[in-house]
Amino acid sequence: MKKYFEIGGKKLKSRLFIGTGKLPSYKLIPEIVKKSGTEVLTVAVRKIDPQAKYENIIDYIPKNTIVMVNTSGARNAKEAIKIAEIGSEIMKTDWIKIEIEVDSKYLLPDNEETIKATAYLAKKGYKVFPYISPDLITARKLVDSGAIAVMPLGSFIGTNKGLAAKFLIEPIIREIEIPIIIDAGIGRPSHAAKAMEMGADAILVNTAIAISNDPVKMAVALAQAVKAGRTAYEIGILKESEFANPSSPISKFLKNI
Amino acid sequence: MFFELLDKLEKEFKLINKSQSLKNIQFKDISKYENIKLLFKDLSYQELEKLSIKAKKITEYFFGKTILLYTPLYISDYCINGCLYCGFSNLNKVERKKLSPAEIESEMRSIRKQGFNTILILTGEDRINSPFDYILDSIKIAKKYFSEILIEVYPLKEQEYEKLVENGLTGITLYQETYDRALYDKVHRYGPKKNFKSRIDAIERAIKAKVKEINIGPLLGLNKNWQFDVYMTLMHAMYLEDTYPDVEISISYPRIQESFSKIKVYPVSNKDFVKTIMITRIILPRVGINISTRECAYMRDNLIGLGMTKMSAESKTTVAGHSVKSGNEKQFEIQDKRLLDEIVQVIKEKGYRPEFTNWVNIYERF
Repeated sequence: MKKYFEIGGKKLKSRLFIGTGKLPSYKLIPEIVKKSGTEVLTVAVRKIDPQAKYENIIDYIPKNTIVMVNTSGARNAKEAIKIAEIGSEIMKTDWIKIEIEVDSKYLLPDNEETIKATAYLAKKGYKVFPYISPDLITARKLVDSGAIAVMPLGSFIGTNKGLAAKFLIEPIIREIEIPIIIDAGIGRPSHAAKAMEMGADAILVNTAIAISNDPVKMAVALAQAVKAGRTAYEIGILKESEFANPSSPISKFLKNI
Repeated sequence: MFFELLDKLEKEFKLINKSQSLKNIQFKDISKYENIKLLFKDLSYQELEKLSIKAKKITEYFFGKTILLYTPLYISDYCINGCLYCGFSNLNKVERKKLSPAEIESEMRSIRKQGFNTILILTGEDRINSPFDYILDSIKIAKKYFSEILIEVYPLKEQEYEKLVENGLTGITLYQETYDRALYDKVHRYGPKKNFKSRIDAIERAIKAKVKEINIGPLLGLNKNWQFDVYMTLMHAMYLEDTYPDVEISISYPRIQESFSKIKVYPVSNKDFVKTIMITRIILPRVGINISTRECAYMRDNLIGLGMTKMSAESKTTVAGHSVKSGNEKQFEIQDKRLLDEIVQVIKEKGYRPEFTNWVNIYERF
């Protein structure tokens, strides 16, 4: 298994990125990071208050953790850019997740505006991670726009439905050279393993951890699944078969007759 | 406009009430109507328990284990409307009060110090004593302190909303009070508020002016047929969600207080109130549900996790009251008078995280 996963100029050991929204307490963050080994946390700029009197998220982000700020709440490229710049300044990071949602019912991203914001911010030197509805054509445009990775949704945000959009994600993984991070929809370790087996480079999970009965243990379980899925992918996954295959092949015998 | 659907929805309501089959309904999702029917049923404890499990799950999926806290600030109680249920009604011939810009700033500074980052600015309806520019100025002050600025003022013109949005307005609260047009006419004796259509259309004017958030609701207790107002509120929210998908919708169900009302009140019981909140959550998973300090601590604490997503705290329903001496008249009586620290503590004990920040002030703060 490869020792490191290179992305955005960093060498990471963990391919599990964790979102900090929806958590019952920010106090859980250091424990989640420590036990799961995650090295990247996403933080919504709309939830940061540098002068917060109660539980300021900034106080709970462990040192050496990479913070990726997201632009949730932005409705177009212009707002996303502004939110990204504010977030980058407060959290002292150049990792930006572009999230432009214009549909409050399904929380679907606006791919077109996302491309615009990505191009602008990438040109300015930010490391841009655009969150998109899985679409190969958009992914290609994002590569041309200077994105560091592409983050297609597995299914609608917060639904825990796993890789419902699998058939649209597969071509992206197959065709796009930059890292693919599956974002949204991963609800359980089996989803995480499946995403990694498919060849995703990393996954981002929030809801499944945040609203679990034990966020720390769930983060650990997901981290294990990510590792297992990735190891299997790197070894080469056996195809599913219609017929039973003997575990001890008979090819030796066939060779000798 | 939602106003144009009213006749059709009124007819639909009668069908739901009679449990007849629903053909040619306004909204596609029939399962929503099945849940609406529960408003008419006297549910057993077991049935309520089932609803609560569902409501909790949906709330956590979409909002996480969080409750957003905000506080209201009344800046003027001048009002020319003769509403029969309101403490600020023009029918009450009392001394009125209005904050100066310096007083508004002093109030806001002290609210911010308390820990709030979301503010709801309120005025009565009076374009002479609280003109548009007065509201605009209060928003300009607010954006120095808060990331989320909401208003609950009289209906404005689209260009006025646009100007407020340009200056930092996040969202509006505009309660229709009742969707029963005859009753609406009766309880609004005089004043611009008497115009049902102008009020209900204002919500869409604000959306066209690009506010990010809309809070709607009926005043429960006005209408003997409370299910009608709940049903219309749900339909209103569904309509807004479908028509303007980029706006965040939330609903409040304020319950009228008899002591402030000059007309007969039809109290909605605690059981019906809680049922309404849970049904709202199940029908509209993404919609915020806001419970103010009109409700007592016991009620509010136990609604954490059952659908509620926002709570006001340390409210004063007189003009000012945070740092400046408050006015005389109350719009309604506060039931939950606890300090913010206490409410924060209770939310934490329930396994939820109190939140104060939900938008980015991209105008001035940073």
